[in-house]
Amino acid sequence: MTETESVHIRAQNLTLAYGSFVLMRDLDFTINRGDIFIIMGGSGCGKSTLLKTLVGLKEPATGEVFYNGTSFWKTELTEREQLMRGVGILYQSGALWSSMTLAENIAMPLEEYTDLPVSQINELVSLKLALVGLAGFGGFYPSEISGGMRKRAGLARAMALDPDILFFDEPSAGLDPVSARLLDDLILELRDSLGATVVVVTHELASIFAIGTNSVFLDPESRTAIATGDPNQLLAESRDPRVINFLTRGEGAENRPEL
Amino acid sequence: MTTSTTTVSETPRILWEGAATDRLQVRLCGSWLRDLPQPAVADLEEALRNTPGTCRVVFDCQELQAWDSSLLTFLLRLVRKGEAGGFAVEQEGLPEGVQKLLQLASAVPEKKAGRAEDVREPLLSRVGNEVLLVLGEGANMLAFLGESVQAAGRLVRGKARFRRSDLILLLQECGVKALPIVSLISVLVGLILAFVGSVQLKTFGAQIYIADMVGIAMAREMGAMMTAIIMAGRTGAAFAAQLGTMEVNEEIDALKTLGFSPMEFLVLPRMLALILMMPLLCLYADLMGILGGAVVGIGMFDLTPTQYLLQTSGALGLNDFAIGLVKSSFFGILVAFSGCLRGIQCGRSASAVGSAATSAVVMAIVLIVLFDGLFAVLTEILSI
Repeated sequence: MTETESVHIRAQNLTLAYGSFVLMRDLDFTINRGDIFIIMGGSGCGKSTLLKTLVGLKEPATGEVFYNGTSFWKTELTEREQLMRGVGILYQSGALWSSMTLAENIAMPLEEYTDLPVSQINELVSLKLALVGLAGFGGFYPSEISGGMRKRAGLARAMALDPDILFFDEPSAGLDPVSARLLDDLILELRDSLGATVVVVTHELASIFAIGTNSVFLDPESRTAIATGDPNQLLAESRDPRVINFLTRGEGAENRPEL
Repeated sequence: MTTSTTTVSETPRILWEGAATDRLQVRLCGSWLRDLPQPAVADLEEALRNTPGTCRVVFDCQELQAWDSSLLTFLLRLVRKGEAGGFAVEQEGLPEGVQKLLQLASAVPEKKAGRAEDVREPLLSRVGNEVLLVLGEGANMLAFLGESVQAAGRLVRGKARFRRSDLILLLQECGVKALPIVSLISVLVGLILAFVGSVQLKTFGAQIYIADMVGIAMAREMGAMMTAIIMAGRTGAAFAAQLGTMEVNEEIDALKTLGFSPMEFLVLPRMLALILMMPLLCLYADLMGILGGAVVGIGMFDLTPTQYLLQTSGALGLNDFAIGLVKSSFFGILVAFSGCLRGIQCGRSASAVGSAATSAVVMAIVLIVLFDGLFAVLTEILSI
């Protein structure tokens, strides 16, 4: 059963809808352990809604999400919370709790879900901050640091409980190219060193090709996923003009960059 | 977009020759700038209307000094008229930049269908939709009420999770920091009550009863009511705006996904803070109001301080204060409830935060007055 063991998250027949407005239907894909899985597609096609469904913020209209074979939306609430504890999420704007310092932000999940003494929690907090390059910023409030730093602090909080799945919502949005590149490198390093599965929502082509090992392509016209697989492979082999158009910034198949 | 190098800008002019022939030459002169008076183009349009259908319009821009979007809007209008009226507008004579921008502006055809909402719905379906909306709102409110009661239950069992330091900050925010405004308003209310009453009482020579009137009115009604309304405007709006901004920043999502219930973590401490602080503020407001009444009684109607004090303490029983305090605790729940409800329901935009704060205050004040009425009936029935 090696194949099922390597599957970490599986979406089956997912339909995403707001009331009667169907955003996406018939989504089927699997995310393997250790994947950097990209959810891509044009603006407003439902990428963020899909992310919300995967992390349990929005119930799907139909279909199921399996974590390690457990159906997320059909289990008991307590078990669902247990599942969520193994998940870290970096929100688009960082979503740090603005009334707390960075250190308090990162310490909160630790205080809540572990019985560690305060001194050890403090050590863990400084470690997480150091990992994202923010050593010594623990006493700052989110409003006192730049947007890029907020994002990295958000990542530190997402990693607080050493999750085995990390979700990123548009990690490079609002970052300069160099910071975006550094964040990509950080994501790769985290995946390699923590052995975590990473799911990234993005439409940043540079990131998609640099870090993605698997992906799903959402198409707003047909309201479903029209391609899955390694983005580099998709670029080289896909026959679908919509996918090619997206992955080449509208240049077309004949202008595919050399890989 | 200005292409001119001349420093003096001439007012734009428009000249044309060849009217009523098949070739109309239009000369654009001067600076076509937004801030200068626009030339009268009605005559040209009139001239075009009288031309035969095959007319071509050509431009001569030798004397054109500068141009900006005002020239473009004029030309676009001309092009549209040409399409409708059957004359061709030839762009060759125009400056290169103008030609490119005109091409750009007409590259994507105008969206004709308009927004879906522009379609007028029949009256019945609009009424139906509104009713459904109101019902949904009611259901949401009930759900929120239920959740907050559940959270309160967990609090009583000692299982609720929130940060103690948050509660302490909130207590300070709703308590000590509200004292100045509560003092000011209650003293003034006491003064006003005394003035209004004294006009009547003086005609009977019964000024001493000012003390009774102010004391009872403050303790039973005005202390609780005024504090609640101040707190609705001050703290209820702040709660809605805080929670609304947290919703916009995805902070509430972050709480939920980490397994923290926003109900326990955000709503509960705010409710607790107001429930605890409102009676204290109310008691303080009662005393300040009585003080305000005393200023009028002693300063203007020749009562001595001792007289006033004795009269007040004779008129007021503990139950009068108790009614006010119970009410104010209840009003505290109402203020926190509407503030948190609107904040949690807030949409994800800046204007949504604004309307959340507004509707939190309106809802709180309506509820306060409503429940004050209920309390009045209740105390009457129970004759306390």
